[in-house]
Amino acid sequence: MIELAYLSLAIGLIFQTFGVVALHRFPDVYTRLHGATKCTTFGSIFIYLAVIIIGAIQFFEGNTQGMQLSLHTLLVMLLLLLTNPTGAHAIARAAYRSGIKPALAVVDKLKGVRI
Amino acid sequence: MSFKITVVFSFLFYLALSAGSGNLGLWSGEELVFALLFAVISAALVSRIFNAVGLKPNKSFLSPKRWVLLIAYVAGPLFVEMAKANLDVAYRVLTGKIKPGIVKIPSGLKTNFGTTLLANSITLTPGTLTVDVDDKKNLYVHWIYVKKKEPDCGDICSNFPDWIRRIAE
Amino acid sequence: MIEMGITLFFTAAILAVLAIICIARLALGPTTADRAVALDTTNTVIAAALVVLGTAFNQIIFIDVAIIYAMLTFVSTLFISKYMEEKG
Repeated sequence: MIELAYLSLAIGLIFQTFGVVALHRFPDVYTRLHGATKCTTFGSIFIYLAVIIIGAIQFFEGNTQGMQLSLHTLLVMLLLLLTNPTGAHAIARAAYRSGIKPALAVVDKLKGVRI
Repeated sequence: MSFKITVVFSFLFYLALSAGSGNLGLWSGEELVFALLFAVISAALVSRIFNAVGLKPNKSFLSPKRWVLLIAYVAGPLFVEMAKANLDVAYRVLTGKIKPGIVKIPSGLKTNFGTTLLANSITLTPGTLTVDVDDKKNLYVHWIYVKKKEPDCGDICSNFPDWIRRIAE
Repeated sequence: MIEMGITLFFTAAILAVLAIICIARLALGPTTADRAVALDTTNTVIAAALVVLGTAFNQIIFIDVAIIYAMLTFVSTLFISKYMEEKG
């Protein structure tokens, strides 16, 4: 059971690293947002899953704090799943409206549309 | 109406945060009293703001069937697509192969909540990021590797609209 | 149990390094939007590090701090984007 926690910690760390590397590798705001949002959300979910598993193990060993640990981490996970894409969407819209054009774009359907 | 719903939700949130504090089931008696007190106070403050902004609660969300469907949707198809999305982004990070562009897709949904859910799902799925939405609920999507210049919904958001129509409409 | 503590501290250390790499983008970023993206990513990484550290020290209160941190940084991201939109 504890190996499962280690495994999801490792997966989470790998995806967090990809997300942070994407910040430095891609050329403009929109492509950076792709890497940053998807990879850090997914990586954080796996890290939180590992913590939930550790809490469950503590709970079954007779430590009542384990349940609190799992419940609070579950709340953080739900909040993250709800807020992270919304924040990315807000930044992308603000970037487009403040006049940043997508780099290397082959098609731009939003150009000239008044919303 | 919005007052009652806010009371219930803040009460449940307080209970989740203070679980395991006492001997009355999971909670102690003082915690339960304080939970109710804080729930009523915060709901009184928040419902005034909701009324001032003009937000109306949607009664169809009180049916538990929609909540079960929402949880099944997040844990099932959305999670699989998220896994695919991350492998896709990892591949693009490693190789640097991108061909970005902004495309327009008609969502075909009617409610605001459904559009929000679809936009958030699209942001978490492979290679796409919602940038803007217009009055007719058409989504403008930034696509990291453009395959078609005039895509329809099936190219980007696999079968999400069917799920969301059942959840939100 | 001691081994688990070491693993968790190690994880938190890697997350701290990742946060510092994000802050490099925050300093370099040519436009305001780039900086906003970097700030958002930093906040997500730091919230994860808080939860991991809370588990390592066995302190539930760290996780409550992470909840509040996630909420407040979400609001701050929304405010920064609103400001960028108005500024044009």
